[in-house]
Amino acid sequence: MALVEATSISKIYRSGDVEVAALWDVSLSIEAGEFLAFVGPSGSGKSTLLNLVGCLDHPSKGSMKVMGTDVTALDRNAAAAFRGEHLGFVFQEFNLVPVLSAYENVEYPLLMVRSWPPEKRHAQVMKLLKAVGMGELAHKRPDQLSGGQKQRIAVARALVSEPQVVLADEPTANLDHDTANKVIALMKHMRDEFGTTFIFSTHDSKIMEAAERVLLLEDGRLIKEQKS
Amino acid sequence: MMATLKLSARNLMRYHRRTWLTAGLITIGVVAMLLFVSAAGSFKQVMIGQITDSLLGHLQVHRKGYVASVDNLPLNLNVGAKMIERIKTELKAESDIAAVSIRLKLGAMFSNFSETTSIRLNGIDPTAEDAAAPGLRTRIIDGGREGSLVGPGQILIPDLIAKGMKVKVGDTVVLVATNRDGSVNGKNFTVRGVLEPVTGPGGRDGYVHEDDARELLRMEEPEAMEIAIRLHDLAKLDKVEASLAERLEKLTNKDGKPVLELHSWKALSPFANIAGMIDLMTLFIRIMLVAIVLVSVMNVMLMAVYERIREIGTLAAIGTPPRRILGLYVGEGLLLGLIGAAVGVAVSLAVVALLNMYPLQFPFGRQFITLAPTLSVAEVVTVAVLVVGMAVLASLQPAWRASRMDPIQALRHV
Repeated sequence: MALVEATSISKIYRSGDVEVAALWDVSLSIEAGEFLAFVGPSGSGKSTLLNLVGCLDHPSKGSMKVMGTDVTALDRNAAAAFRGEHLGFVFQEFNLVPVLSAYENVEYPLLMVRSWPPEKRHAQVMKLLKAVGMGELAHKRPDQLSGGQKQRIAVARALVSEPQVVLADEPTANLDHDTANKVIALMKHMRDEFGTTFIFSTHDSKIMEAAERVLLLEDGRLIKEQKS
Repeated sequence: MMATLKLSARNLMRYHRRTWLTAGLITIGVVAMLLFVSAAGSFKQVMIGQITDSLLGHLQVHRKGYVASVDNLPLNLNVGAKMIERIKTELKAESDIAAVSIRLKLGAMFSNFSETTSIRLNGIDPTAEDAAAPGLRTRIIDGGREGSLVGPGQILIPDLIAKGMKVKVGDTVVLVATNRDGSVNGKNFTVRGVLEPVTGPGGRDGYVHEDDARELLRMEEPEAMEIAIRLHDLAKLDKVEASLAERLEKLTNKDGKPVLELHSWKALSPFANIAGMIDLMTLFIRIMLVAIVLVSVMNVMLMAVYERIREIGTLAAIGTPPRRILGLYVGEGLLLGLIGAAVGVAVSLAVVALLNMYPLQFPFGRQFITLAPTLSVAEVVTVAVLVVGMAVLASLQPAWRASRMDPIQALRHV
């Protein structure tokens, strides 16, 4: 069974009497452990598609199954629970909680979303921090970290609850060339180590090169698929 | 729960100036409220104590119609000897009654042999009066407070008459009274002491021994115009009043109609209205405090939500349940309320302690009122619960907004 199964999904936004199709009749299937990127120009629908896979939005038409669950039927609470249980997120601007240390940011999903016991939580957080090379800086606040370090923490946060899928929206857009390469390498390493599926929305050529499958979107349609 | 509160506390400290400013505002509201309650309560207690302890007692029994015509001090609305005994029996059955004083009240002419004025007199049993109105003794400003309140042949006169008639302790004066039948009787008295005035009706009354009053009125049997009652606990006034009214209702005349009326001090003293106004002002201050807390906390929480929209989006996206996001912001309101209430209560207790160490005195008519404010545990708890409750209530709307935010819209927020 595919990890993600989208069948003829469309997403239509209405502005007064005008309808705009952000996605139109897209079907795709993503297998476990893939390192995959949605690419395309601005407004092509890649972020919309990522949001639908991430249960942050509902399609206007079609069906979307993630890990066998029809996520279009989930209400607000159920969708939040599903995301907390199965999905991890990495954002373009890192989106770390500024009042929490690196350790606490990584710990947050286990504490507030999953309610893991303290000892298990600590072991898991330290494992992830070490895995992303941030074990020594665990006590630092986000404002004391560089962009690359913040994104490493964000990757650790996304992976800490052992999700099956990590969704990363333009994760390298705010990083310099070297740092972006290191973060991409880190995510690939994490995929190899934990078997997590990584799905990117990007127009960063470095991610496109690193991705094992690239789905090209244009005007809301899936127009091309490329495997490396 | 603790993790949510911990994060709420961190978030509050993120904008620490704003947090302290809001908590400070709540603190000022709490301090103002508690100090007003304690000062007003102290004033009320002093005044009620003075009125009841030194004059009225807590309850009074009269023959029906007496209170309505009390200004004339009627002599034809007395309670007879048999009825007094029946009343005593009923009063003994009430365990909350501490003391009873049976009074004869009459109007008389007061003469110092060169000038004459009118005086209202109370004929009392000094021991019973001492028990029913223990504060009367404290009103003696000249003549000594020790010994019997007033002995046979002695009179306690109000300060106003002492000054107006230029009479001092030890002087002999003459009292002339008209009895129920219209005959006039006179008797010499020695001034035993001078009484300071007190607020309310009867504050300018004089006191003589009951035997002298009876002699002046040529009464052969003990009669009474007023029966003053003191309770063990003033807080039980309403309960005792209701119970006693029921008992006295059974004491009827030959026609089977009740002959007695019962009044609490509230019905007899105009200060009861002032006490009611103080309670009303306390209510208004409470409403102001509620408004301060509501407006300040809601304002801060709305700003907090608006400033952290992206963060809310992130928390929601990574799977934080909406109820936890709600809890996060309600927690901030709760902590603001707790800080404001705790500091406010601490400051108020300190100020009240200081006011008790260095008491303030205020002139009130011809007297001085010493402010000895106290704060009851119930009042402190009420105010603290009110503040914390209002803070939580004020944070609910912003918290609800945060918890219902669409993660995508929130993440896009700039």
